[in-house]
Order: sequence, then structure tokens, then C-alpha cells
Amino acid sequence: MKSRLLPLLISAVAAATLLATAPAFAANECSAGKTLNSDRLTVATGNPAYPPWVMNDAPESGEGFESAVAFAVAERMGFDKSSVDWVRTSFDEAIQPGEKNFDFNLQQYSIKPERLEVVDFSEVYYTTTMAVVVREGTAAADTAATASSLKKLKFGAAAGTSSQPFLEKVLQPEQATLLYDDNADVVAAITANQIDAIVFDLPSALFVSAVQLEGGKLIGQFPVENNEAPDNFGLLMAKGNPLKECVDEAIKSLHEDGTFKDLEATWLADATGAPVIDMDK
Amino acid sequence: MSQLSPRKRYEQQERRRSLLIATASLLSVCAALYYFVPKAPGWDAVKRSFFNWPILEKTFPTLLKAFLWDIAIFAWSLPLIMVLALAIALCRNVRKPALFPLRVFGALYTDIFRGVPIILLVYLIGFGVPGLGLSRPWNSPYLWGTVTLVLTYSAYVAEVLRSGIESVHKSQRAASESLGLSEADTMRYVILPQAIRRQVPAMMNFVIALQKDVALLSFIGPVELLRQANVYKSLMANFTPYVGAAIIFLCVTIPATRYADYLLAKQRSVRT
Repeated sequence: MKSRLLPLLISAVAAATLLATAPAFAANECSAGKTLNSDRLTVATGNPAYPPWVMNDAPESGEGFESAVAFAVAERMGFDKSSVDWVRTSFDEAIQPGEKNFDFNLQQYSIKPERLEVVDFSEVYYTTTMAVVVREGTAAADTAATASSLKKLKFGAAAGTSSQPFLEKVLQPEQATLLYDDNADVVAAITANQIDAIVFDLPSALFVSAVQLEGGKLIGQFPVENNEAPDNFGLLMAKGNPLKECVDEAIKSLHEDGTFKDLEATWLADATGAPVIDMDK
Repeated sequence: MSQLSPRKRYEQQERRRSLLIATASLLSVCAALYYFVPKAPGWDAVKRSFFNWPILEKTFPTLLKAFLWDIAIFAWSLPLIMVLALAIALCRNVRKPALFPLRVFGALYTDIFRGVPIILLVYLIGFGVPGLGLSRPWNSPYLWGTVTLVLTYSAYVAEVLRSGIESVHKSQRAASESLGLSEADTMRYVILPQAIRRQVPAMMNFVIALQKDVALLSFIGPVELLRQANVYKSLMANFTPYVGAAIIFLCVTIPATRYADYLLAKQRSVRT
């Protein structure tokens, strides 16, 4: 036993010394000393993380919009790809009072004034709107893309997303909305014909209708000028996190040089084809 | 006062003394909690996240309204559970050899429905059965959610009833047989009244548990109390709505628990 452990121990010590003496080139002036672990950036996302935000539930790969956004922000802050650690949190872990286990957390968090009382958000990294998905072959599939005809459908949504407050405030469907834990459950419910239509943010709606939901059909997107849309996504941080200014700076520069536009083009489906819903009321 | 014997007087003194000590001890624990907990460095953050009065005030009326769903589901599930549980318990008690398959069925039923996690059944029956192609309103999550609760809880209650039936002494069966009662009449008029009365306190536990498990239906769509609290929690990034939900649940479960305790105590005093 001893003889087998010894070489392991030696190599571990050697590796540790190497790491300790390696030059710290991670972290630029702004972010130095402000991260959870020095010279490393810890980024959190959902468990599981859904496409198109994170492909194959593997944020480390850099594949998927939010994974790519995280790495782009990290790079602007002076962290190369190997200096980024990923952790998973639920929504609840992200908002609990007390120490966080991440520097920032991204899983399509909408920036809302109520939430700002407990956590901080970065500048907006992506703006989207809400969209309606139905299933081919059901009566709802032929619904016109107008608010007055959509109101008659039975809606479902993932609880805790912006979909439910949006339905309540803007569309006001005639029947009570059913709510589910996550996208997978909403898809199960529409497959079982318990609901006619689902409201998602547009990229999720495009993905669900194309991939997750068999016979999924996107009826339309809500006009961005609407008072509840647009839905602004921000990186979630602990209240008063000193890193916020560095993150904001990075996001601004990524907007300015068009990096975010490129990432959108790479990872998010082209939404220009989705008809805009007529808000006649 | 003066007619009390010295012994009675002593006992009364002792009772007063222990009451005094109990009160003082309780008060000092409460005072210590009240004094020390807010001294913790994170107390302000915890208070803001869990005991946020403005948020509670804002969300409580809607939470209360959502609780009506819990009450409704509970109210229509309970009688169904009792009926099915009784049927299963009777299945497990049949004595005729020809009816042996019923016994096997009863045993399998309780084994399966007590063994499978209820959340799996909620999904399997709540999404699975309607997915077979039922049309509205027959695919309603309320309907199939209720079916799940009834199936699961009746398995538990059936076991309680069965042990009640078995606790009735053999001689009672023999006695009613000798009086010329049929097997069914023996069960109906002799065994069951005693068995059920004896098991009421044990069944109260399941009634209380059912009150809380009704919330599991929220997984398949219904926006009842727990889901409504969950929605507010996400919207406001604050756990206070859950505290509101807990208060509502406690208002119902505490009286129910005390009532169960009372029944148990009453039963014990009758037996001794």
C-alpha cells in the first residue's frame, strides 16, 4: 500500500509546487482579488442546463449561447478558458442569503426590480421576447397570431420564469394557466394534451418547437414594444459583489465590438421568421 | 384550603413549583433565541429573505386563495381513500380458499403502492395516463393527480385497517359464528366497528400527511398553495412566500395533530 501511494504523493507535491510557482496571468487589474478563488473565475449555471443556452448540458465546452457568453465575459476580465470553473446551482441556491459558491450565475435570469433587493444583476447581455408554442394536429395549431384568439387557449408555462407574470399581466387567458417545474414537464403536459399552448422566451420556444416537442409549432412572438416584454437577461451576482463593475465593463465592450451579436448568430436560431403577434384588444 | 391533608398540600406545592420552573425555563430559552439570533452576522440577510413583512403582506391573500385548491383536493380525495382502503383491507382478510387471488392482489397492491415514491406515481399517472390519448376533460391533472393520491394513500390506510381487523380477538369471530351470523355480517357488525374505532388515531396521522402531500399535485400543473408560493419566490427572489405557505399549513395541521393526540389519550385512558 505504502509503496504504491508514495510515487503518487511525490507527483502531487511536485504538481502543487509547480502550480504555486506558475505566474499568475489570470485576472486583469479590475477583477484581481475580487473573485471567489484567486485567479480563477467561478461561473454557475442551471442543473440541468438547457439548449440552446448550453449544449449537451456541458457548459465547460463553450458550446451554447450562455456558455459562450460566460467565456467571452471571462476573457474580457482576464480569465482564459482554463481559468474558468463551472458549478451548478438551482434558482433557489442562487438567491439564498449567505455566501455564494459562484462569482456570477447565468441561466436566463430576467432582471426584475423585486429581485434587485436580494441579488445584483450585471448589464443586460441578451434581450428577448415571449413566444407561443402549440402542437401540430391539435385544434390549437390553427389559432391565429392575434391576442384575442390566443386568449381562448389553455396555457401552460414553467413556474418561476417570466412566462407566468407575462401571461397574467399581458395576455390574460380565459382559462387558468397550469404551471410546471421545468421545460421538460411543460412539454410532457402539452404532449398529454392537458394544455393547448406554452409560453417561453423566444430562443427557448424556437428550440422546443424544433427539437424537444414532436410536432411543435411556433405561433408567433409578442411585439418587443409591449410593456412586459422585452425580457432582459443579466448575470446574477451576490448583493454588493465588487466584481460587478468589471463584469459590466466586459459586457459593455462585448456589446460594442459586436461579439454578442456574433454569438447570437452562432447559437440562437434566427427568429426573424417568427410572426409577430397582433395585440388587438 | 384548610381541609387539605398535609400530603395534598405538599403535592400542590410541588405542582406549582414545577409549573414555575417550566415557565421560567421556556421563557429564558425564548429570550436567549430572541437576543442571540439577531446578533448573528447574516441575520439581516436571512430576515430579508425569509421574514420579509411587506412581501408576506403582498402575497398572503393570493396564497390563501390558492390554498382553496388544497382543501378541495383533500376533501374529495379523503372519502375515496377510505373506501378503497377498506376494500383492500377486506381483500387481504378473505378466508375462503377460492378467493385466494384476492388476498394476493391485496398484498401486491399494498407492496407496490407503498414502495414506489409518490412523486414518481404523480408523474407516471399524471402525465402518462392522459398521454395515452384521453381528451379533455378526462385528461385533467386534477383527476389523475387525485387518482395517484387515492392509490398511494389507500395502500397505507389499508394496512392500518388490516392490523385493526387482526387486532380483534378470534373469539369474537367464533362467538358471532355461533350466534349464526354469516361471515359478511360478522365483518360488518362485529369486527369492523371495533377495528375502525381502534385505528382512528393511527389513521389521523395519514390524514395529516395527506393534507401536505396534496401539494405534490403541483408538479403536474395545478397552481395550489405551494406552487403559488414557488412562483412568488422566483418572481421576488425571496423565500418569504414559503413561510406564508407554512403558516397556512400549520393553521390546519396543528389543530389536526392535537386532535389526534387527544383521541389517542382518550383511547389509552379507556383501555387502562
